[in-house]
Amino acid sequence: MAGTPSCQEQVCQDPAQPAPEQSGALTKAPAAQTQDALAFVRGYMAFLLPRDLNLLWTIGAMLMAVLVLMLLSGLTLALTYTPDASLAFSSVEALERRAPSGWLLRSLHMTGATFFMAALYLHVFRGLCYGSYRAPRQGLWRVGTVLLVLVMVTAFAGYVLPWGQMSYWGADVASKAVGAIPLVGNTLERVFLGGDAPGTATLHRMFVLHFTLAFTIVGMVALHVAVLHAKGSTSPSGLAGQSRARMLPFHPYFTIKDGLGVVMLAILFMLVMCFWPGLVTEVENYRPANPLHTPANIEPEWYFLPFYGMLQAVPSKFGGLLVSGGAVAILFFVPLLDRGTSATFAAGRWGGLRWLPRVALMVLVFSFVLTGLAGRNHVQGIWLLVGRLATLGYYLYFLGFLPFYSRLARKEARS
Amino acid sequence: MTARTAFSLCVLTGRLAAAVLMLPVLAGQGVLAGYAHAEPPPGAPAHAPAQNWSFNGPLGHFDLAAVQRGYAVFAGVCASCHSLTQVQFSDLGGMGLTPEQVAVLAASWQVAAGRDAEGHLTHRKALPDDALPKPYAGPDAARAANRGAVPPDLSRITQVYPGGADRVYALLTGYAPATPHAGVAQPEAGFANPYAIGHRTAMPPPLRDNAVAYADGTQPTAQQEARDVTTFLAWISSPHADDKRRLGVGVVLYLCFLACLLVILKRRIWSHVEK
Repeated sequence: MAGTPSCQEQVCQDPAQPAPEQSGALTKAPAAQTQDALAFVRGYMAFLLPRDLNLLWTIGAMLMAVLVLMLLSGLTLALTYTPDASLAFSSVEALERRAPSGWLLRSLHMTGATFFMAALYLHVFRGLCYGSYRAPRQGLWRVGTVLLVLVMVTAFAGYVLPWGQMSYWGADVASKAVGAIPLVGNTLERVFLGGDAPGTATLHRMFVLHFTLAFTIVGMVALHVAVLHAKGSTSPSGLAGQSRARMLPFHPYFTIKDGLGVVMLAILFMLVMCFWPGLVTEVENYRPANPLHTPANIEPEWYFLPFYGMLQAVPSKFGGLLVSGGAVAILFFVPLLDRGTSATFAAGRWGGLRWLPRVALMVLVFSFVLTGLAGRNHVQGIWLLVGRLATLGYYLYFLGFLPFYSRLARKEARS
Repeated sequence: MTARTAFSLCVLTGRLAAAVLMLPVLAGQGVLAGYAHAEPPPGAPAHAPAQNWSFNGPLGHFDLAAVQRGYAVFAGVCASCHSLTQVQFSDLGGMGLTPEQVAVLAASWQVAAGRDAEGHLTHRKALPDDALPKPYAGPDAARAANRGAVPPDLSRITQVYPGGADRVYALLTGYAPATPHAGVAQPEAGFANPYAIGHRTAMPPPLRDNAVAYADGTQPTAQQEARDVTTFLAWISSPHADDKRRLGVGVVLYLCFLACLLVILKRRIWSHVEK
């Protein structure tokens, strides 16, 4: 390791700072507080990361960047938006047509939503692919899953706000899905809608939800990062990559790498936003909401299509809700389903089944895409069969492959 | 990892993300298109031939002279039945007009100004901040005046109308010639047009030669009017598309330059890290 900038010295120097008194944080002189803040930043910058992190690990930084973009553009959009059923659509039109740079803010926000969800799905994929949920990082994974749910709810609430045809009928479909829950369904539906049908009360709810959840997400992201710093990062090479000798400090090695990743994402982002905006817009939502006219094709944004497909693939309404909600909820249980640790996985011989995780993950990804396609085609004709098989494939990864594989690993570790 | 592999991986991941992003969209479209080709339902509108619009493609731009001529067609012909609910006169400045020209243009329209002391409706000249007036008081009035059909609002027409600008143009120019059997009663209401749903539309053929006078001396043939008004409608449907494309070119060039610098910097920083 000679000649390699090793991080140990830098990190070990940190405790050399005068240890702050725990009790007197509020009564401290401003200078001491600045010192603390600086030490905190220095500690974060010296955070050790495995040197072999690949590009999938920069997605976290990309998500951060898009989150900041969403917050800033969202706050400025909220200055013009009016959450009222008779005014919402024209307020969004006014924003796009004549608010200063309104067209830019709105396209940033719309494109940002798509990129955020795409990056988030890749982030989850990374976690599943490299077993980021295994001990000791179960907490990190659970915080991340809560974040995923929060982001999905926020994205849905945000999509209702422009009050176009898809906003209205999306809210209608979602409320009916909620209404399918036995016993409490009707009450929940009325709470969600604030009436019998989507209207001004629904818009107020969605606006407040969208706005407050955005800041909840910021808080949860802070928690996510704090837990990451407490538990350390995984590495593509498993435990071998996590030895201290093979680690590098966050700054400058990963700040530059993440910065490059964010710029790459920004290029892709601008290409889609400026030249192919049709990829992220739903034309039907440029028609104002009309309760008297049901569109021929009600479909959610692409990032909900897989869950929409699962919802439709099950004949019973409540069953569909359970299956599509369960598809997200099952992520909470991944650390329980896969009880192996990184050590057993690294040591395992797998009885010649080393190819199995890759195949299983591919089946999972294909199933996810196929359920989305089935949802897009309203599970009609052949798509009903495809949707059901793909739903099965999705669940099979979590309920079949993960327990089986981790049991295999533990058995080998014992013998 | 060296910077070069990092860079190529970056590009690769970018492509992957794009592919993941577009896969459902593209495949879905393919499937939908497949259905459409396999079995067009009776009365489905004919496929509109693709036109060579100036605003086509990612690097297109609106021909503002055509947009202005198209506005003349809209104001002279379409506006008697169709509304542009979401548009204000000030928005028309984006066609390349000065604020004074917009004020003059607005003053050529009359808008409702409430009721006078006797309760009669009054009108006044429009101001730039006014919305374009609607031709009918409401859907019922529109229906009564158009034999049961409501003329659609045109604010976003080329976006929401399946087939877009090509189909708007095809519809405007695709009316079947009037039937020679004048004595035979029409079996159904409306006018024959292969690009309308059910091949009939409630809209009478709107354009004819010299329907409007063009200020720039262009010959106002029906074809030319249709081309211009379609360009105008495409522009009014996304008036900032050109701004967006211009911004995109600048920002992407800047970001590519920045990315090159960052690649160099990353290579330098990571140069003494062993694999």
